[in-house]
Amino acid sequence: MLEVRNISKSFGGLKAVSDASLDVPEGSIVALLGPNGAGKTTCFTMIAGFTKPDTGTVTFRGEDITGLAPHQICARGMIRTFQIVQPFAGLTVEENIAVGAYLHHHDRADATALARKVGKQLGMGGMLDRPAASLTIAGRKRLELARALATGAKLLLLDEVMAGLIPSEVTEIVGIIRQIRDEGHTILLIEHVMQAVMSLAETAYVLNYGEMIAHAPPKELVQDPAVIEAYLGHGAATRLQEGGHA
Amino acid sequence: MKPTSMGQAVLIAAAVLYLVSVFFLSSPIWMGFSLNALIIAVVALSWNVTGGFGGLFSFGHAVMYGTGAYASAVLQVNYGVNAWIGLVAGIVAGAVMGAFIGAITFRFGLKGSYFALVTLAFAEVMRICASSFAFTGGGAGLQVKLDPGISTLQFQDRTVSYTLLLLVVAAVMILTAVMKNSRFGAYLIAIRENEDAARALGIDTYRIKVIAMAISGAFGGLAGVLYLQTMLYIDSTVVYGNAISVEALIGPLIGGAGTVWGPLVGTLGLHLLGEGAKHLLSNAPGLNFVLYAVVLICALRFLPQGLMGFAARIGPFRKKEEDDDNA
Amino acid sequence: MSSLILPAVLSGLTMGAIYALVALGLTLIYGVLHIINFAHGSLLMLALYAVYFLHFYLGIDPYIAIPIVLPVFFVLGYALQRGLIAPMSSGSETNVLLVTLALSLAIDNLALYFWTSNTRTIDIPYAYDTVEFLGAYLPLGRVIAFFAALAVAPVLWLFMEHTRLGASIKAVAIEKRGAEIVGIDVNHAYAVCFGIGTACVALAACLLLPTFYVTPQVGYTFVLVAFTTVVLGGMGSLPGALVAGLLLGVIESLCGLFLGESLGQIGIFLAFILILLFKPSGLLGRGVKA
Repeated sequence: MLEVRNISKSFGGLKAVSDASLDVPEGSIVALLGPNGAGKTTCFTMIAGFTKPDTGTVTFRGEDITGLAPHQICARGMIRTFQIVQPFAGLTVEENIAVGAYLHHHDRADATALARKVGKQLGMGGMLDRPAASLTIAGRKRLELARALATGAKLLLLDEVMAGLIPSEVTEIVGIIRQIRDEGHTILLIEHVMQAVMSLAETAYVLNYGEMIAHAPPKELVQDPAVIEAYLGHGAATRLQEGGHA
Repeated sequence: MKPTSMGQAVLIAAAVLYLVSVFFLSSPIWMGFSLNALIIAVVALSWNVTGGFGGLFSFGHAVMYGTGAYASAVLQVNYGVNAWIGLVAGIVAGAVMGAFIGAITFRFGLKGSYFALVTLAFAEVMRICASSFAFTGGGAGLQVKLDPGISTLQFQDRTVSYTLLLLVVAAVMILTAVMKNSRFGAYLIAIRENEDAARALGIDTYRIKVIAMAISGAFGGLAGVLYLQTMLYIDSTVVYGNAISVEALIGPLIGGAGTVWGPLVGTLGLHLLGEGAKHLLSNAPGLNFVLYAVVLICALRFLPQGLMGFAARIGPFRKKEEDDDNA
Repeated sequence: MSSLILPAVLSGLTMGAIYALVALGLTLIYGVLHIINFAHGSLLMLALYAVYFLHFYLGIDPYIAIPIVLPVFFVLGYALQRGLIAPMSSGSETNVLLVTLALSLAIDNLALYFWTSNTRTIDIPYAYDTVEFLGAYLPLGRVIAFFAALAVAPVLWLFMEHTRLGASIKAVAIEKRGAEIVGIDVNHAYAVCFGIGTACVALAACLLLPTFYVTPQVGYTFVLVAFTTVVLGGMGSLPGALVAGLLLGVIESLCGLFLGESLGQIGIFLAFILILLFKPSGLLGRGVKA
């Protein structure tokens, strides 16, 4: 569904992402992993059209969308969420979701009806009339998901939806993401919480210093020396294999 | 457009009561003052589209007002064009000016204080131009020939002028309400609340902001034409002057920016206050603006949502419960 | 025509020095507090009246008035920031702009009420003295103002770079939280900075009045020019403000020469719009916060 080929981006002299490629097949959950500062979010901003890649192409449903504006990409059915949640603070939960719903529903009544439906699907039925500013972090993460879903997007790019949540909330959101996928959506998610990814993603890519260093099912990745080194530092893999004490 | 609380209902009722009272008081001073307040209310409603709903604070809204007034005046005075065509031309000119300023400033990502200052600079450029060229009458301004009649949009009976102005204000408010409840309105408000999030949700934020500037410009141009048709005379310091830019933003901020009634409530309230002070202090010039300044500072600190926002919290009406709410 | 260009440039430079002086205060305030002080021009107008009345009632020469007006306006600026602008704007950038707009509205209209819209000038013995330079005759007052402005920029720079207070102001400008943690009184530093900015305006008034006039509207004329200077020089840059002020003085003077007196200022506003659009970081700026 999504094919990213050799995209690169530099900021000044710093190569944030170089020659990264990835594939997201329809109906799958794919994870993009990597330590802090590896370039994951930069990848997302390029795929979703917020910044233009220096090189490389992004193909979505067979169409080259490299360099299109976010609203053009959104109209084609791909949407991103933000790591730091960005609610429309002065609006209610329902109004927030309705902004997403308006993408394919020009009429207010239709958009509102869809917003309520999506809100309830994500377990926010009781807070639809509350101001978004009053939500907890977990509530805001759900809202971010609900807004994205309401646009009718087929592919969701989720940027660390689990960061900052307590374990029970993580379990809930993992369940919600699975539910979303089972309803026919495709998901590409950024995470650096390995645990969550293990149970969710079928396949995962690992980015380190802007380069794609591995691609495999998550269970195999945790065995990959390059991945372990990326996370734990140089020499960690050998120390682990030697029964060390990392 | 409907009040959501007792407090709001009281505010709206007070505004309507005042507007109706003008018909029964038959005082020429009261009438002249109210005509002026209504014209300013249209400018305030114009500012409210971009400043209130879009969060784009313009400091130079006189640029729309003056452009509308001059477009109509130049056509009528220099080319003998009919006043009704002048009206349409004024609205279109205001919209084009708004869209033009929006198109170039948003293209370069200007926001916040930068946007405020650049709009002010545009108003100044237009003021200097209008006072320098012969076809705009230079420093002397332009005077439309007195010739009352429906075809010239001039009315000897001020009650007629007032009634028409009321209808115009009502129409602009209805358009505002329609806009607020439309997809466009939801997008504009989303941009005000969080532009990045709005972009991510598929909103072409540039386009929405430019359209908002065009709508605001159309309202502003309309207000300028209304002024021209009421006073039959304009000059650059009056219609492109800083006073109009200030009045455009102060009414909505006091009354409640981003609400339908706020600009009208705020403008009427301020004008009543200013007029009262003038009478108490024997017609001192400029003192009404001192009062506006004090009220604005207090409002920013104590009524961040304006009067309508504050009133919304007084005796809120219960929302109709929907039966599927506990699902 | 060409014989007129050099005098126009020189006269523009002397006016530009005043612009630079007014803008130095504004850019200092922006650089540290990250706020745009819309009342800056009104404070200039107030200072001009102060200088005018000191001369009118007490016969004090504008240059002798410097040690009187300067500290008074420093205190005024300090008090305004601490007592009004900071508490009333609740930390929002737009609110600061609106509060200072309201402040300028109040000052301008109170001036109109008390002092009427009459244009006032002072009558001093050296008012018509001129200095000949490269064949151009420049008013003595303007030449003094030019050199004074050139002197003030380095003094301010030395203050920021080489004094303890300057260092703490810089610390606050760069990292407010961090400065707070190491024990710097942020509100005091902000207010001092605002006070210095206002004192710059007072100095400009003392230098300006011998060759200029004062009306309640004069502040508004200056404030837009000052914004343009600050933006052109790069928001917060002291040397930038100096260069930009001189440049704008020349632009205005040349536009006046070629387009006619009434269109002189249009060059400044067009420059303002063009800079904001194409290079909002200014000539010597380090980038701009959107």
